[in-house]
Amino acid sequence: MSDQLQLYEVFIRSSRGLDHKHVGSLHADDPQQALEYARDVYTRRGEGISIWVVASRDVTASQESDCESFYDPLDDKPYRHAAMYELPEGVDSL
Amino acid sequence: MRDSTALVSNEQKFQARIDAEEKVEPKDWMPEKYRQNLIRQISQHAHSEVIGEQPEGKWITRAPTLERKAILMAKVQDEAGHGLYLYASAETLGVTRDELIDRLHTGASKYASIFNYPSLTWADIGAIGWLVDSAAIVNQVSLQNTSYGPYARAMVRICKEESFHQRQGYNIMMTLMQGAELQRDMAQDALNRWWWPSLMMFGPHDAESAHSAQSMKWKIKRRSNDELRQQFVDQAVQQAEAIGLTVPDPDLHWNEARGHYDFGEIDWQEFQRVVSGNGPCNRQRLAHHMDAHNEGAWVREAMAAFDAKHRTPPAEVA
Repeated sequence: MSDQLQLYEVFIRSSRGLDHKHVGSLHADDPQQALEYARDVYTRRGEGISIWVVASRDVTASQESDCESFYDPLDDKPYRHAAMYELPEGVDSL
Repeated sequence: MRDSTALVSNEQKFQARIDAEEKVEPKDWMPEKYRQNLIRQISQHAHSEVIGEQPEGKWITRAPTLERKAILMAKVQDEAGHGLYLYASAETLGVTRDELIDRLHTGASKYASIFNYPSLTWADIGAIGWLVDSAAIVNQVSLQNTSYGPYARAMVRICKEESFHQRQGYNIMMTLMQGAELQRDMAQDALNRWWWPSLMMFGPHDAESAHSAQSMKWKIKRRSNDELRQQFVDQAVQQAEAIGLTVPDPDLHWNEARGHYDFGEIDWQEFQRVVSGNGPCNRQRLAHHMDAHNEGAWVREAMAAFDAKHRTPPAEVA
């Protein structure tokens, strides 16, 4: 029986206006059951107003071990940050 | 009869939620006009990000140094990303990307009219980053509190990235103002040409703004056109003076009693002319977007073909 259960990732929106955030995972037979389990496991104390469940096997993830090459062209561009540009006297905010 | 009662009560509940400063999320019930109003505003915003790449993109190959070129590429890349955040946010309202692009191409959907002005010199890249992005930030900061959740969240992300845009533009102007007379004249000339269109970015006066009242009631817009414009003027005048630039407005002066700058009247005929399609570059901007879209068709087709091939089980192919 247990080898038929799927792993689901659970995302909760704690209140309106905020993103759904990953809170953990659980085993369930289908998405509807995963949703009910997620409700029972992760929102017993009003932690959320909306739940997403996604089958873990549907998640495509970047690999930590590939970090160096995956992010390589992004690390050497200090000019993407506002702090690189100095402001003249008399201008305090920009 | 029962249906219409239910509708009234839905709308009351909806407005109560808005009044209580609660965000609206994609699957909530919402009045059809709220949905349409949001689609109009968010897609106009998205189109502006994307069309705005054109006047700046033109100068990438002509940037004065390799560093300025890298900076400008990074900025234009950000604008494309902002377009994506916004299109994605509009799509949560049940409209497709293709529909949105189609509305841009048919003229049913607008974009910020400032991008219909040409970028004639390198100083224009400074003026655009400093003035146009500053004006956009003033507006976008207020939109971080807009009532529709996905739009508000996109604004937070965008505002975080915008301050680099504004600063690199101001830095170009400052550097030019520290240069030779020709360079200072070039900076001043760019300010002269971009100042008034920047003020127009905030739209018509509150009394004449077609969508404002309902948008404020629904808290899609949080501050009025005139309030936002005033804030922009107050900031920009100080920034111009700090580097020796003169704002091209003879009526501009500090009003001690109001605690704000008074400034001259915008040429609303010019505003109407550009909004209705007859600015210096309207046709060119749209034609370029359509060309880019059509020239990219083969890529979309190739991706669809690749996708179809990998979805078909080998047995069926044979």
